[in-house]
Amino acid sequence: MNRSLVTIADHSREKIEYLIRMAQEFERQPNRLLLQGRVVATLFFEPSTRTRLSFETAANRLGARVIGFADPKVTSGTKGETLKDTIMMVSNYADIIVMRHYLEGAARYASEIAPVPIINAGDGANQHPSQTMLDLYTIYQTQGTLDNLNIYLVGDLKYGRTVHSLLMAMRHFNPTFHFIAPDELAMPQTYKDYCRQHQIRYVEHQEFDAEVIAGADILYMTRVQRERFTDLMEYERVKDRYLLKLDMLAKARPNMRILHPLPRVNEIEYSIDDDPHAYYFQQARNGLFSRQALICDALGITLDQVINDKTIIA
Amino acid sequence: MKREQLIVSALDHGTVIDHIPCERLFEVINLLHLDQMSNKVTIGFNLKSQKMGTKSIIKIADKFFTDEELNQLSVVAPNVSLSIIRDYEVVEKKQVCLPDELTSIIRCNNPKCITNNEPMHTFFHVVDKQQGIVRCHYCNHEQNIKEVKLV
Repeated sequence: MNRSLVTIADHSREKIEYLIRMAQEFERQPNRLLLQGRVVATLFFEPSTRTRLSFETAANRLGARVIGFADPKVTSGTKGETLKDTIMMVSNYADIIVMRHYLEGAARYASEIAPVPIINAGDGANQHPSQTMLDLYTIYQTQGTLDNLNIYLVGDLKYGRTVHSLLMAMRHFNPTFHFIAPDELAMPQTYKDYCRQHQIRYVEHQEFDAEVIAGADILYMTRVQRERFTDLMEYERVKDRYLLKLDMLAKARPNMRILHPLPRVNEIEYSIDDDPHAYYFQQARNGLFSRQALICDALGITLDQVINDKTIIA
Repeated sequence: MKREQLIVSALDHGTVIDHIPCERLFEVINLLHLDQMSNKVTIGFNLKSQKMGTKSIIKIADKFFTDEELNQLSVVAPNVSLSIIRDYEVVEKKQVCLPDELTSIIRCNNPKCITNNEPMHTFFHVVDKQQGIVRCHYCNHEQNIKEVKLV
């Protein structure tokens, strides 16, 4: 059985809840020797410092050893080696491969040819399941449930891979989505169709103010990137409209939490960092526990084994 | 009417592929490898059609295609009509239909798809047979079959 993780879109509600349970165990006790003697390869064909550090920390804190590369310039890919050859070569050395690639579908292909499990750490604009998993974990952690939540997505909803994956993964949990974006970066029609097909309610807004976000349980901010705009005048006009300011939280629900996949540039005022609604740094920390769960699951380690684990380092 | 019959002479045994969009004729020829065939092949190009305005037609003597070959045809010309002829009689009419999956027939439209950057096969799931929407198994890009290139 191929235990690779390519996308979270195919995961059932039960599987998502199972992985959240496992991540909870790792949050309770992240330092173990559960993967002692195993080798985890991290192949980053495209640099991504925070994702790589998070995966490598997850592996290290479970006692695995890590090999790999952080910069594609050092690989044979630059000499013209195919992805297949690189994957087959590394499969000889490692028990599992975590890979980030700039081409879409690279992880799916690798999972079909590799004799070891593959974890997709992002393939171009396509999928980034470990980000989705940590988002789901964080939502569960802050709300105590994934069911019946009001989730507000703000900023770049057109190119934002994280918001698309989150939307699809939430389909099991009867959410109501609110899309807040400028016209140029609005949620694509295909995802609105997806919502209709899966009976997911959604509301679209262009305004972003205290009134609009008063009903939010989760306020998911994303970066509005200058390079996404064909018309730079338009960028200048909208860039500050999707900036979250402290006074906009006046009517926020007490349980509301602000998430952001990071890096943040200017979409959340720094004064918000100390507000109890801010949760993006804890969210990033949850990436560690979520990725520990994903690595273990891909290696065939079960929740029961994690619960009964005797290798915990006090 | 008489004239039309002259252009497209009758066939005693073989397959008639009718209602081919003119812009797709040469792709159909390539897909069925008619250029490498020794059979007698009659091709009509830019013929008048009540249904389509203009159409193309191909008659191949003594050739009967497998369903697999015909399904490939659906990719470039989904609405062709096929007639199987024996002894000057139409013994069977067939419609081509998109199969559920397409392996190594078409190319993905997404330049950043792994299949366009690695020596490998392509694989598509047919999402909507009516509209001709296919989804790349690798990059998940949905595309209309009218807009894709053949492998």
